[in-house]
Amino acid sequence: MRAIYRRELKSYFNGIAAYIFIAFILLFVGIYTWSYNLNGKLPFFEYVLANVGFVFMLIVPILTMRVISEEKKQRTDKLLYSLPLSTTQIVMGKYLAMLTVFAIPIGVMCFYPLILSRFGYIEFVTTYGSIFAFFLQGAALIAIGMFLSSLTENQIVAAVLTFAVVLVSYFMYSLASLISASATMSLIAFSVLIAAIGGGAWLATKKPMFGLCIFGLLEIPLLAIFVIKPALLEGSFQTLIKNISVFNRLYSFIDGVFDLVGIVFFLSVIFLFVFLTVQSLEKRRWS
Amino acid sequence: MIEVKNLSKNYGSHTAVKDLSFTVESGQVYGFLGPNGAGKSTTMNIITGCLAATQGQVLIDGYDIFDNPKEAKKKIGYLPELPPVYPDMSVYEYLLFVARAKGVAKADIKAQVDAVMAKTGISDVSRRIIKVLSKGYRQRVGIAQALLGDPETIILDEPMVGLDPKQIIEMRELIRQLGTDHTVILSSHILSEISAICDRVMIISKGRLVAVDTPENLARVGEEKRILRLTVKGDADAVKEAVCSVDGVSEAELTSSEDGCVSLEIGMSGDTDCREAIFYRLADAKMPILAMQINKVSLEDIFLDLTSDKAEDETEVQEVEADEGDIQA
Repeated sequence: MRAIYRRELKSYFNGIAAYIFIAFILLFVGIYTWSYNLNGKLPFFEYVLANVGFVFMLIVPILTMRVISEEKKQRTDKLLYSLPLSTTQIVMGKYLAMLTVFAIPIGVMCFYPLILSRFGYIEFVTTYGSIFAFFLQGAALIAIGMFLSSLTENQIVAAVLTFAVVLVSYFMYSLASLISASATMSLIAFSVLIAAIGGGAWLATKKPMFGLCIFGLLEIPLLAIFVIKPALLEGSFQTLIKNISVFNRLYSFIDGVFDLVGIVFFLSVIFLFVFLTVQSLEKRRWS
Repeated sequence: MIEVKNLSKNYGSHTAVKDLSFTVESGQVYGFLGPNGAGKSTTMNIITGCLAATQGQVLIDGYDIFDNPKEAKKKIGYLPELPPVYPDMSVYEYLLFVARAKGVAKADIKAQVDAVMAKTGISDVSRRIIKVLSKGYRQRVGIAQALLGDPETIILDEPMVGLDPKQIIEMRELIRQLGTDHTVILSSHILSEISAICDRVMIISKGRLVAVDTPENLARVGEEKRILRLTVKGDADAVKEAVCSVDGVSEAELTSSEDGCVSLEIGMSGDTDCREAIFYRLADAKMPILAMQINKVSLEDIFLDLTSDKAEDETEVQEVEADEGDIQA
């Protein structure tokens, strides 16, 4: 695992990707710090973090797009498979290298509250709690990006997919709140979601019956709930979206709550997508 | 020692490898020979753990590649069809990475990297970025990578493809050297490469193993099937009768007869050369021989024979005969 980690890290800094990644994040955090804290004279660095979330749309694809897709394209995946390393070790080596690159701007950011404290009172616990949550949020998005990179040989496709997924999760909550909270709207929204899951299962397994079964399995209980107790569905779609939104979790940290559930959520997302990446690589051996 | 037992691999409904079983003994150079798409690469990918088999077992020194991959993979160095190199790394950096990933002890890494570079003749390009290297050098870097960790067995998938004639000769020499202290399995669809380097040849066709033997033995099988082509002036039946009465003639077949001349194909059995006997016999019978030609069945023919379907085979042979008939006429 260490060999993979070292190689990945070196390749990030041999190329331009790591520098662009770090420059982007520091640029936007810098602009917001200047605007809120220096110009606006607000003593809350966490407000900056609350507002620069969009930067992940740009930087996560930069970091993750080539991480696995490029191995396939260069045929170096054969080398990785033939090394006496488990797939989990390979994936973890790569993931930790990306986290290390991400930790650099976070480390730089950690100095900002110290600098700001020279000019006023800073609530350090909330601020550093928020930076920690910001790091975990980024780590979760990087895990998602890595998984998407393992699905294709083309790094541009991986980048676009990752951009789209981060974009959707960024706007997911605001979009969901546009839908009315009525039971009927929730039913429709859930049905669309279930249809998408069923379609995804169809595409993944190339078995239409399998997709249809999944769709039926999820849709029938939903309809049953709608008929028997429609009150349960009221506002439920928003609640679901709010709970699975990677971006939404950050706000409780910014409000000064060290949200353990949020941490568990981020760690679960990381675990899930690292696991899925391992499975995606394993699957290629079985195809 | 590598044992492959009842290996099968399906891609969807297509069967790439079917019920393949063989054993690779230590210290020999094995050649995997077969036409394109015969399942050579698939088999090699399975042996090295890059691909999972649908069925069957691969044991490397007793370690199952599926159940005990770490131990098994340590005993194998693999060069896939395309050398698995990172283009943006230097040769030296790349080899250091592979050595670390293979778990070579820290103290030995530098010495071992230097040793494999010397062995493969890439010491003078060690600081170059792999991207700028020629195909031949990349191939060598690929082999150097396979040698790291000092594995017992080196598996090379089509190591000569894309090399120029000089590089092919160098590569052949390198593989021969490797064969002195490693077990080497290499694949190719070119027979002359295999017969030049290998101690044993495994011919594979449509995912099945059709022959395993030394190149000499395979060639001997060919010699035993020597064919004599004759054109004789005379009556067809009389010629055939006369020829068949000679010792050592196993069969005689009429291929064409024109203007009082007959062409025959005579199968000779054993080591006896019965050309002289046939000459005198026909001379006694006043049937002059107009043409006589001996045809050794080459390794190439055996290869084609073994790797093509029976039906296809027969039509091919007939076509060849028809062509020759035209020339003779």
